[in-house]
Amino acid sequence: MNAAAPLLRVENLSVEFRTAAGITRAVRNVSWSVLPGQTLAIIGESGSGKSVSSSAILSLLPMPPARITSGRILFGDMDLLTLDASQRHDINGKRISMIFQDPLSSLNPLRTVGSQVVEAMTTHEVPRDQAQARALDLLEQVGIPNAALRFRDYPHQFSGGQRQRIMIAIAIAMGPDLLVADEPTSALDLTVQADILQLLRDIQKRTGMAIVFITHDINVARQFSSAIVIMNKGAVVEAGATAEVLARPQDDYARRLIGAAPDPAAPISAYRRPPGRAPLCRVANLSKTYPARRDFLGRRKGTDTAALKNASFDILPDEVVCVVGESGSGKSTLARALLRLEAADSGTVEMDGRNLMALDGDALRRVRRDMQIVFQDPTASLSPHLTVEDIVCEPWNVHGDVVPAAERRAAAERLMELVGLRREQIALHAHQFSGGQRQRIAIARALALKPRLVVCDEAVSALDVSVRAQILDLLTELRRQMGLSLLFITHDLGLVRAFANRVIVMRRGEIVEEGDVQDVFLAPRHPYTQSLLASLERLVE
Amino acid sequence: MLKFVVMRFLSGGLSLAILVTLIFFFARLTGNPTDLYVPMDASEAVRAQIAEQRGFNDPVVVQFGNFLADLARGDLGQSLRYARPAIDVVADAMPTTLTLAGLAIPIATVLALVIGSLGALHPGGIFDRIAGGATLGAASLPDFWLAIIGILVFAVVLRWLPTSGTGTALHWVLPVAVLVFRPLGILAQVVRTSMLGVLSSDYIRAAEAKGLRWPAVLVGHALPNAVIPMIMVVVYQAAGILNGAVIVEVVFGMPGVGRLMLDSIMFRDFNLLQAVVIVTAIAIFIAAAVADLLLALIDPRLTHD
Repeated sequence: MNAAAPLLRVENLSVEFRTAAGITRAVRNVSWSVLPGQTLAIIGESGSGKSVSSSAILSLLPMPPARITSGRILFGDMDLLTLDASQRHDINGKRISMIFQDPLSSLNPLRTVGSQVVEAMTTHEVPRDQAQARALDLLEQVGIPNAALRFRDYPHQFSGGQRQRIMIAIAIAMGPDLLVADEPTSALDLTVQADILQLLRDIQKRTGMAIVFITHDINVARQFSSAIVIMNKGAVVEAGATAEVLARPQDDYARRLIGAAPDPAAPISAYRRPPGRAPLCRVANLSKTYPARRDFLGRRKGTDTAALKNASFDILPDEVVCVVGESGSGKSTLARALLRLEAADSGTVEMDGRNLMALDGDALRRVRRDMQIVFQDPTASLSPHLTVEDIVCEPWNVHGDVVPAAERRAAAERLMELVGLRREQIALHAHQFSGGQRQRIAIARALALKPRLVVCDEAVSALDVSVRAQILDLLTELRRQMGLSLLFITHDLGLVRAFANRVIVMRRGEIVEEGDVQDVFLAPRHPYTQSLLASLERLVE
Repeated sequence: MLKFVVMRFLSGGLSLAILVTLIFFFARLTGNPTDLYVPMDASEAVRAQIAEQRGFNDPVVVQFGNFLADLARGDLGQSLRYARPAIDVVADAMPTTLTLAGLAIPIATVLALVIGSLGALHPGGIFDRIAGGATLGAASLPDFWLAIIGILVFAVVLRWLPTSGTGTALHWVLPVAVLVFRPLGILAQVVRTSMLGVLSSDYIRAAEAKGLRWPAVLVGHALPNAVIPMIMVVVYQAAGILNGAVIVEVVFGMPGVGRLMLDSIMFRDFNLLQAVVIVTAIAIFIAAAVADLLLALIDPRLTHD
């Protein structure tokens, strides 16, 4: 361990939230410290208290309902928890600054980006003309092209990655000693994520600032940090040098968390598509264009967006086909068009040789029974008014012949057990379950009709790592039992490696590459696939 | 921006045309006004003659045609009751109503901004709870009750204010106060809700993380965002008053548009009714256009694509 004095020390910090529902002890006796110039990763799942403890550093906790019940946060010999407003003003943004998870909402939508960068300096008594010159320089440093021209643009005119760059420019404007980064790359696409990490590392090398990096992604922590703190349920369960902790975790929870993370070095599942089998589902030349918006007189504003261009592929029975791509690549449009949740402009989707696009009414309903979907956000996809029994049984109201009315209750209970929930929980409402359990309910609903193809649209993206691993295990197990085919849409390449049989890579509405998983991963043919895989493996230097 | 304004006018004109057509035909469903304007003992012949002169015997479609022809010349016809051009009668009443709205709405808006924001700063605090109850009450109290209680207390018992009329500044105090209540109640709730949302948003935390002092966060970042949802509600409330603060004008004896509209309906003074509707509709349309313009100026997301 380094002998230098810590830059920031959190000592025995406890935070509780008092709400009508009772008191939640969000952070319990947490201690950690970061050295000057060091990068410390704080790792944990949602609800672990990792963000709460670091928000306290800049006094950003909403109080009430939050209340700090014990502890100190020492910055030098100053306790940051006892500052008055004017002392606080000398710390925030000047000595310690912060960037947030969602770059789309961290900038004020009503102000130009230039003014928001300038403001970070003028509030600390930098004269306006100097601040403007430096703001321009900062925007160039963080890689905003044509910074001078874009100075007066508004946040909505920038992409997510660019907005995070602007946030970084604001954070480093006063040359802080410490940057607190709260999940700064979690909302970004993989390639963008790698760029932002590299940018942070470059700035750190130049300025020598320390970084406290809060993340749920163990692989990011592995690449980026030299020290690590693992939190669970508000407490620190393990801390130490990153390489040491990740290689030999002592704590049970830490071991499980690290084990659940997709390992970039894990073997790729080997799959050879058997030749000559008839596909369960055949998609041919599926296209969808979203027309440009029209103004009052019907004139087009902007251009049409081709969300899906001539997509063609097959899904064999009992096969897991993963569709990967970044946001806006047309993955979700593909899923919706395939299920006819949205009308495609042209192309065909055949289930067992019957063209879905030519069917109507009852005939369509019969085919649809074989195709179900699980959405990304189980909170939004389960009706809050219904009990789980209503939710799981609802498909049988449409397809009455699957399960006779008298046996529905029992069948629903069996489904609950199948997805790893308890029979008696069937009387509860969705909000009484955790996120992972809700996704299990959504899966139970999808399975109610004994489908042959389940489309999972980012079905595990919103879940914590350990929960994600459980849901993937569940899907694998169900597939084995029921002979399901899965069309699995995801932006998470690490997950695809171990889970997929076939991989489809999409970009700007087009399928750029398709093949068996090991072929795509080990010998990608398309340059885009190559760059995507490279950013997965690219280490931050 | 010019295109925006032109579009606004075209769509506003269309709404106005539909409105005027509806009013024209619905008004004539109430019956023939001749009886109201001739002496009780007038002969049938006289009645028929007057109806003929005024065109009440023509088929409704023909009357509508004449109305449109007059309208195209900018002529809204004569008021039966006042025997003057209808538009002049409306023009006389307009200042009273505009003054009522022009005083009540800004007062309500400013008070609502203050009360709603203060409530949102400490949700669930004492101020918030008292303000919440009071504004809900203000939004739900009936106008006529408030007006009568106001007269009773301040004019009859305390004798501080006059009961009715428009002679002095003091005459305006009670009517405006009564008109402030409902918009204030509704707007304060709107401001509180939108302010609560804004204060918990990421860009407010980011502004605090920058080291901005609290007043700068509030004025520079929170308030402009919180005002956006409020603007349209302000316009609707203003429209409510422009449309005739009927009860307040009647109770306080103020010669405004609301009272005029009521009279024109009771006396089947069709030309006057049409004139009142057209003028108030234009006033409301202008208010809405101003609100749109204001929104476009505040929120850059509306004007860019």
